[in-house]
Amino acid sequence: MDTVELARALFGTTLGFHIIYATIGVGVPVMILIAEVMYLITKDKDYMLLARRWTKGFAILLAVSIASGTIVGVMLSLLFPGFMEIVGQVIALPFVIEIFAFLIEAVFMSIYLYAADRLPPWLRLVSIASVAIGATASAVLITDAHAWMNTPAGFELNENGQVTNVNPIAAFFNPSFLVTALHVTLSAYMTVAFLIGSISAIRLLRTNVNKRERTYHRKSLTIAIYVGAIMSLATAMNGHATAQMIYEYNPRKLAAAEGLFETTTHAPLSIGGWTSREDQEVKYAIEIPYALSFLAGDRFDTEVKGLNEFPEELWPPLFVHILFNIMVGIGTLLILLSCIALLWRWIRKKPLPNWLLALYVAAGPLAMIAIEAGWCFSCIGRQPYTIVNVLTTTEAATKSNNVGLLFVLFITLYVMLLIFSIGVMRYYFKRNPVQPELTEKEV
Amino acid sequence: MDESFMAVTILWSFLFVYSLLGSLDFGAGFWAMIYGKNQHTNASIIANRFLSPTWEVTNVFLVLFVVTLVSFFPFATSMLGTLLLVPLGLGLILLTIRTTFMVFAHHVHKFHNTLRITSGVTGLLIPAMLVSILPITLGGFIEMENGYPQLLYSKLLTSPTTYMHIAFGLSTELFLSALFLSDYAREASDRTAYHTYRKHAIWLGPLTLGIAILTIFTMPPEAAWFVQNTQDNVLPFIVSIGFFIAGYCFLLLNKWIRASVLCIILQYGVAIYAYGSAHLPYIVYPHLTIQQGFTNSTMFYQLLIVYAIGLSILVPAFIMFWRLFLKDRRYVRPDN
Repeated sequence: MDTVELARALFGTTLGFHIIYATIGVGVPVMILIAEVMYLITKDKDYMLLARRWTKGFAILLAVSIASGTIVGVMLSLLFPGFMEIVGQVIALPFVIEIFAFLIEAVFMSIYLYAADRLPPWLRLVSIASVAIGATASAVLITDAHAWMNTPAGFELNENGQVTNVNPIAAFFNPSFLVTALHVTLSAYMTVAFLIGSISAIRLLRTNVNKRERTYHRKSLTIAIYVGAIMSLATAMNGHATAQMIYEYNPRKLAAAEGLFETTTHAPLSIGGWTSREDQEVKYAIEIPYALSFLAGDRFDTEVKGLNEFPEELWPPLFVHILFNIMVGIGTLLILLSCIALLWRWIRKKPLPNWLLALYVAAGPLAMIAIEAGWCFSCIGRQPYTIVNVLTTTEAATKSNNVGLLFVLFITLYVMLLIFSIGVMRYYFKRNPVQPELTEKEV
Repeated sequence: MDESFMAVTILWSFLFVYSLLGSLDFGAGFWAMIYGKNQHTNASIIANRFLSPTWEVTNVFLVLFVVTLVSFFPFATSMLGTLLLVPLGLGLILLTIRTTFMVFAHHVHKFHNTLRITSGVTGLLIPAMLVSILPITLGGFIEMENGYPQLLYSKLLTSPTTYMHIAFGLSTELFLSALFLSDYAREASDRTAYHTYRKHAIWLGPLTLGIAILTIFTMPPEAAWFVQNTQDNVLPFIVSIGFFIAGYCFLLLNKWIRASVLCIILQYGVAIYAYGSAHLPYIVYPHLTIQQGFTNSTMFYQLLIVYAIGLSILVPAFIMFWRLFLKDRRYVRPDN
């Protein structure tokens, strides 16, 4: 591998690792906030206990999220100095605002974590709400920079390749900012809801759980089902808007996502299969006639551009079709699952049966896979550019020779952290089971 | 005032804050390691009690510094990023190990000993790595290859000035943290811990000052411009030493330890700004000046607004934070 490929591999792995913890870091505070509010409304102490135990797990994972986030921030400058040179001139605002959002999150997280017992209830609510707002704001702001890479705005390049006519506000509100930021936020809330649903489902499937503990886990599952249902539907609606944004601003990416080679009206939607470069078609796919045109422009005669409109060296890797399908496919499955669970509760008015719980166990990890696939799709689908039509990845990458050594060290670090963070979570919750805390409160 | 000069002043102020917070954070980790096994003193408990809620905030200041550098001086970032790939990469790995272990050990008591050692050792290695960046920017350790800067590792690792910088960084870290922790122990009314840390501050103070002065003499010929600049403007350094003497007297008097802490902060404040102004106009000598590294003025003024708004929200949050963890007796002295 040459330096550019190594730099991409290292940074891609770093983001792939960070996004797991970052997604959890964005979603869990919202779940804690919901539990705290439920407690204030119902005065049911189970919700307070849920909030407390989620906070414990959150604190463990937040450490990895903060550490890997620090790595991402510094590594951007180390591995892609050419990119950061333009970032600093055009799109520095979200990065700087993000620091303050994150400081607010860090300060109030410490307060909520170490001083909760000294705070009046309303101030505790303000603290965790600030954590949730800070975390979501951080995600929105970093997504802004990502959106700007897809739809750059707010500057011009002169004939020497220098940045001129900078308009930081126009860069901040670049065309894809709002729709992409919403996509990231909603899907993070959705994923965490399903993850918590998975954990509750695992507990409920155990046979040695007593009635008291069962009620407790059902409350957790109920929150997870409702939040998951709302967020997965919202993510899908916003996903539609995202696809139309890609159609408008980044037709090359849409063509690669759908494996469409020839520009055409009444374009079909290909589901599944893999894109063949030689035969210029998607093999073994299910084709829905006219669907792609309709999705892109709300009309069957919308003209969708194919890959052949662009020189082949500017095509993104064609396997992004698979990534796109994984993301959309899992999203659809999760909506279905939520609907079944809700209907079961509303019509049968009974606790979920074991087969449905078993499906919920799988839902959390699947949602996380969809997040990974979505980020990979968005970043690989942007290739060969780092900033679309402005800066190629080769120009952006470092010219330093030592990336290989760092690659090995960082991968080792991530593997270790993954194992350790799972180990610590298991150890902590085994040592501190919920049962004694439930009975303790009733005395 | 020149825009790039304003920008570098803000950047330098963040560096000042981080060097203080970082010294406390890393130093507290080191002292907790030293006194972790000692049954007779609460010195390690005091250090850990300070560390638990503060490390996140300290860590954010590091990121704040990096982001400020990128946004104010994007062209400097591309050069420094290429140059410092390996040292900063290794530093990041150590910082990650430190951060995550600290939180892991908080939840798994089996890890306590591993944590003590990890936090203590990284508390020395990370600052050493960060301080070694200073001599690189002074000149003599960079070679241009095909228009891209490369770091001369063998020259850097065999140069006495590198090690003097590291010695200065470490003694500063230990001095500041010992002094601050003795004040924190006094707040907690813990006499033994107070005396333990005060004793260390007393021998570390003059040592740090001595190393700082000696470091200037180890600078390579390429850094002669910098030495010349410090000699041309020696007054702030004298003021700084004045603050040190005042602070040291308060420390010896065994009273008004808070006044001693304030004097030493002033000492470092004056010295850091004097160091910074002697470094001008270069960011990396002789390849890059602040004007060459500077962003455009549109971006600069937008950023200024963001910093003003951000800080005005944060200051009240910090005051609340300070009251809860550094003043509130229920946290500082939980056993009473």
